[in-house]
Amino acid sequence: MAKVKTLEDLKKMRDQLQSRLTLREKSDHPERMVQIKVSMATCGIASGAKETMNYLIEELDNRSIDAVVTQTGCMGYCHSEPTIEVHIPGFDPVVYGHVDTKKADEIITKHIIGGELVDGIIPVSYTTANEDDNEN
Amino acid sequence: MDIVKLNIDNKSVVVEKGTTLLEAAKSVGVEIPTLCHMKLHDMNYENNPGGCRICVVEVEGRRNLAPACKTECSEGMNINTHSLRVVNARRTVMELILSDHPAECLTCVKNGNCELQTMAQKLGIREIPFEGEQSHYKEDKSPSIIRDMDKCIMCRRCEMACNEIQTVGCLSAINRGFESVVSPAFEMDLEKSTCTYCGQCVAVCPTGALSEVDNTRKVIAALVDPSKTVIVQTAPAVRAALGEEFGLEPGTLVTGKMASALRKIGFDKVFDTDFAADLTIMEEGTELLGRLQKHLDGDENVKLPILTSCCPGWVNFFESNFPDMLDVPSTAKSPQQMFGAIAKSYLAEQMGIKREDMVVVSIMPCLAKKYESQRPEFAVDGNPDVDFSITTRELAQMIKGANINFEELDDEDFDNPMGESTGAGVIFANTGGVIEAAVRTAYEVYTKKSLSKVDFKELRGFDGIRAATIDFDGLPLRIGIAHGLGNARKLLEDVQAGRSEFHAIEIMACPGGCIGGAGQPYHHGDTSILKKRAAAIYREDEGKALRKSHENPFIVKLYDEFLGEPCGELSHKLLHTHYFDKKNKVELNP
Amino acid sequence: MTKYNSHILVCGGTGCRASQGEEIVENLKQAVVDNSLENEIQVVRTGCFGFCEKGPIVKMIPDNTFYVQVKPEDAGEIISEHIVKGRKVERLLYTDPEKNEHITDSKHMGFYKKQIRIALRNCGFINPENVDEYVAREGYAALGKVLTEMTPEEAIKIIKDSGLRGRGGGGFPTGLKWEITHNVEGKEKYVVCNADEGDPGAFMDRSILEGDPHSVLEAMAICGYCIGGNHGLIYIRAEYPLAIERLKIAIDQARELGVLGKDIFGTGFDFDVELRYGAGAFVCGEETSLIHSMEGLRGEPTVKPPFPSVSGYKGKPTNVNNVETLANIPVIINNGAEWFSAIGTEKSKGTKVFALAGKINNVGLIEVPMGITLREVIFDIGGGIKDGKKFKAVQTGGPSGGCLTEKHLDIPIDYDNLLACGSMMGSGGMIVMDEDDCMVSVAKFYLDFTVEESCGKCAPCRIGNKRLYEMLDKITKGNATEEDLGILRNLGNVIKDTSLCGLGQTSPNPVLSTMDNFPEEYLAHVKEGKCPAGQCKDLMEYVINPDTCVGCTLCSRVCPVDAISGDKKQPHVIDTAVCIKCGACMEKCKFNAISIQ
Repeated sequence: MAKVKTLEDLKKMRDQLQSRLTLREKSDHPERMVQIKVSMATCGIASGAKETMNYLIEELDNRSIDAVVTQTGCMGYCHSEPTIEVHIPGFDPVVYGHVDTKKADEIITKHIIGGELVDGIIPVSYTTANEDDNEN
Repeated sequence: MDIVKLNIDNKSVVVEKGTTLLEAAKSVGVEIPTLCHMKLHDMNYENNPGGCRICVVEVEGRRNLAPACKTECSEGMNINTHSLRVVNARRTVMELILSDHPAECLTCVKNGNCELQTMAQKLGIREIPFEGEQSHYKEDKSPSIIRDMDKCIMCRRCEMACNEIQTVGCLSAINRGFESVVSPAFEMDLEKSTCTYCGQCVAVCPTGALSEVDNTRKVIAALVDPSKTVIVQTAPAVRAALGEEFGLEPGTLVTGKMASALRKIGFDKVFDTDFAADLTIMEEGTELLGRLQKHLDGDENVKLPILTSCCPGWVNFFESNFPDMLDVPSTAKSPQQMFGAIAKSYLAEQMGIKREDMVVVSIMPCLAKKYESQRPEFAVDGNPDVDFSITTRELAQMIKGANINFEELDDEDFDNPMGESTGAGVIFANTGGVIEAAVRTAYEVYTKKSLSKVDFKELRGFDGIRAATIDFDGLPLRIGIAHGLGNARKLLEDVQAGRSEFHAIEIMACPGGCIGGAGQPYHHGDTSILKKRAAAIYREDEGKALRKSHENPFIVKLYDEFLGEPCGELSHKLLHTHYFDKKNKVELNP
Repeated sequence: MTKYNSHILVCGGTGCRASQGEEIVENLKQAVVDNSLENEIQVVRTGCFGFCEKGPIVKMIPDNTFYVQVKPEDAGEIISEHIVKGRKVERLLYTDPEKNEHITDSKHMGFYKKQIRIALRNCGFINPENVDEYVAREGYAALGKVLTEMTPEEAIKIIKDSGLRGRGGGGFPTGLKWEITHNVEGKEKYVVCNADEGDPGAFMDRSILEGDPHSVLEAMAICGYCIGGNHGLIYIRAEYPLAIERLKIAIDQARELGVLGKDIFGTGFDFDVELRYGAGAFVCGEETSLIHSMEGLRGEPTVKPPFPSVSGYKGKPTNVNNVETLANIPVIINNGAEWFSAIGTEKSKGTKVFALAGKINNVGLIEVPMGITLREVIFDIGGGIKDGKKFKAVQTGGPSGGCLTEKHLDIPIDYDNLLACGSMMGSGGMIVMDEDDCMVSVAKFYLDFTVEESCGKCAPCRIGNKRLYEMLDKITKGNATEEDLGILRNLGNVIKDTSLCGLGQTSPNPVLSTMDNFPEEYLAHVKEGKCPAGQCKDLMEYVINPDTCVGCTLCSRVCPVDAISGDKKQPHVIDTAVCIKCGACMEKCKFNAISIQ
């Protein structure tokens, strides 16, 4: 460990380290953040959900968007994998199918930043995966 | 000087900053009762742990009552020392203390002399509303001191005396809460600890928790035994303090009455330890001059300074604290033991009685003397040179018990030959006295000149550590004096480190020397009493026809007839001793 | 640097560790490896989450799922289900006792809803053994700011303005204490952290030291700069091995990082911290006792003044602050005095950590804003009284606090209000009692503690508390009179009024406050020889109702002392002279024929 010799050193160090905890910081206030759930059941993973998820995490971070990306189980749209659910605070969640990294980029740019819906929405009755689970 | 103004019981008081409420109140005639507090003015020691809470007073604006002994005056304070709240609190606390104290006053060694008893009377305690468990500890009896901790009130005075004044470090509070008590470490017996038996803990104990081992019954048993010849010696300090036990002013000399009383009690011969003190000077003075001469002759192995060895508390102290320096103190025995050795050899022979049939009793201001008399090296075939050592207080008890009206006694003289003494022997009682006595003789022996004045005022005083240089006809003899073992430790550490400039050092374990010994009447914190005793001793010295030990005709005769010369062969056998390494004597109780 | 998708936080506090927390961490790590997720999942051992009732706790980040009472063997399922399949492990979720439904994340749990975590901000959030995580959370930024941008006076002013008061019990304004020590002349000054947490059941300081040791070190360095001292000493009880270990690691890391040691932040300011171990005497939480103990002397108090600020460790000016107090310092510096003083009541600012215990559903460590009511703490956060019993009293302030009742439930909790109702803040113990608790026995229980922990120096505490205890014992045995109650009250008042230190000055509180708040209960004991709560064994008798007893003989067979006699199918009788009141018969009786009278 390098010694910090000045307050500037410490700040630099903090800036470098902060990202390690952003995940925890964000999860502390999930209601304020964009929440994206990536369906990561066998079908999802087989269709590249993992790449999509990693892409989302990195890209959102690069663009300094306060978002939490979590994985979830099968949403039941195995025909459209990878599927993701995007939940912007104050709006109803939206589920997209066939989200590869290119699609993900589009969702970030247009939907999350721009606020307009993008093609590829799977029409559902806007219940979240979790609530589905509960009903089962 | 910063001053503060305050009100105590509506009286306006102006005192120096740093003054306690207790002192400030006293200055305007308000005596706040205290129990654990003890201020030894002349020694600059104060015991005020603020533990007993008897001295609590009401300080306006403070939530709780404050201990007057430990609270400094501050500007504008309003103090009430006798509000109902204070009186109730004081009384309740006293009841609590008494609820954990054995009600054995009638048979307690401190009966009539107990500060707790006095306080109970003062506060008018008649009933104790609390009942419950009382503390019990095992009684610890050493050759000199008895600890009956059931009677301890945790005033911590003994701890202060043992640690701060004496730096012996034997006693401290142990356990917690209700079980708390002052004790040697790990509750070991005093005898197995590093205790020096100086007894300063006993001297300050307000109750009967710490007391001397009472030998009076043994003495009486010897007195009534027709086969025994019982002789008594009285230490110099006793005559300046014994009167206090009979209501006489501190500093009243009662030498003649004491001799008379001892005869009335039934001692066959009434002698004086002062005689042996003169003898000590002959031996110790000769030893000093011998070492000095060798030193002046360039002998680098000679041990200087020479340290006096007449104080048994001090001997115990260096045996356990400075065992690497056992060859530094004088080898001369203490006057008590020289007396015993001569009595049971020379005197017994003269009187035509067998050693075993002679009982030597010593009246001492000291508790360590009890232990000293029991040292195995001071006995011949198991028969001790001094059979029983009792304190000034025990003697007073015997006089009272014998129904002797002490005040009305006529003065009587000591018996001869061992009752004759010089002023030099008398001043052994005071700090600086032994070395002054030694100087009187050593000067004349060394310079072969007669002293024009025998008073060496530069050696007197009450400061804990003193230094003086005496001109021995061109030879500056550097002398150090310490009283109180804490002060002794400082001088000793200098000697140990090779920093000491002195040729001779006198050390007394007790503050003030023997006049402040732990066997003397209780001073209850009034150390001005010690100064009065010291002044009386110097008066006795001045009143003596002979004031130099070597001029004592019976001493001269003793050497002529029996001993030969000082530090000669027989002297060495009878009057000198050696010391033991007791550093590791500490033993834990099994 | 690996960027993890998910963090699994596992409580590494003493409580959860005692329930195999370490094995849970190990198993989780193994399961992560087994699933080849080591590049995506980070398992972190954090400090205490506070919800100890339900420990060991495992928290999943980022979805904030809060698993409770996790066992080592659950690790595999957590990974395979939650992580791999994205399904929550239902059976490990917290169940709301009232609604009886699962609550997935801590945000929605009653226990956490009203909490504001300032002193505990990093506990259960960061890995206490990794200084990087502390730095990432603005760690040591406050120290840097103070050293490089402020004079000691300016920094002290922030602490003063924040209104922070000592969290160890006394509630003395922290900034003022710093200022006094700052103003005392002296080259050598000491900063002492009092980590001698001694209240039974209180563990806030331990949790902070275990969960966020750097915050304390940083605060001590800030304090050192403010008062002009370069030596820090942490007096910690040796019974806190985990806290000691974490502190040692933290001190090493801080030295390595250069935030302890020489020339910190290049400002020329030197500061270092040493640990001093205590033997766990309660009285050593009192600052003068603590200092004597550190000096190698008997742990007992001395009369104040002089205060440690003037003459403390080795006779040098010494600032003593408690762990929780110190943990607040860096945040106050970072966020400003106004931010802090906006929380709390007029005279008590910020938050207070309480150790919630007793007959309450949610036992644990909570941090709440000053001014919250006891009702909110006990019923909202604490989840109410266990087993649906009735609330009777809450004892605040540790063994020397008082017992508060129903009527105090809506008083906003702060230093002054608690004192005014005859209790105190203390270090933040809060023990809830229900209808089955006998208040005389409760007082006796606390006195038993203080009798044990009194140092014995002053007479009222040494003997008085013992006598208090004995009198309470007399009452619970039915041997006391009404007159004794008067003596008891006077004794309690005198002990408070005359004792040397805070221990004795507060030890009668449990007695006096229960006498004030439950006088009828004391009277029932002494006048009627009855214990209304049915707790005092000596005052109760087991009786068999002859009308309901069918003579099944079960009771007489279970009685260990053969106190029950009776023929088969005939009503049985208990010989009260022989009965030891063990209650075995009552438990065994199937016909509810045995009752206590």
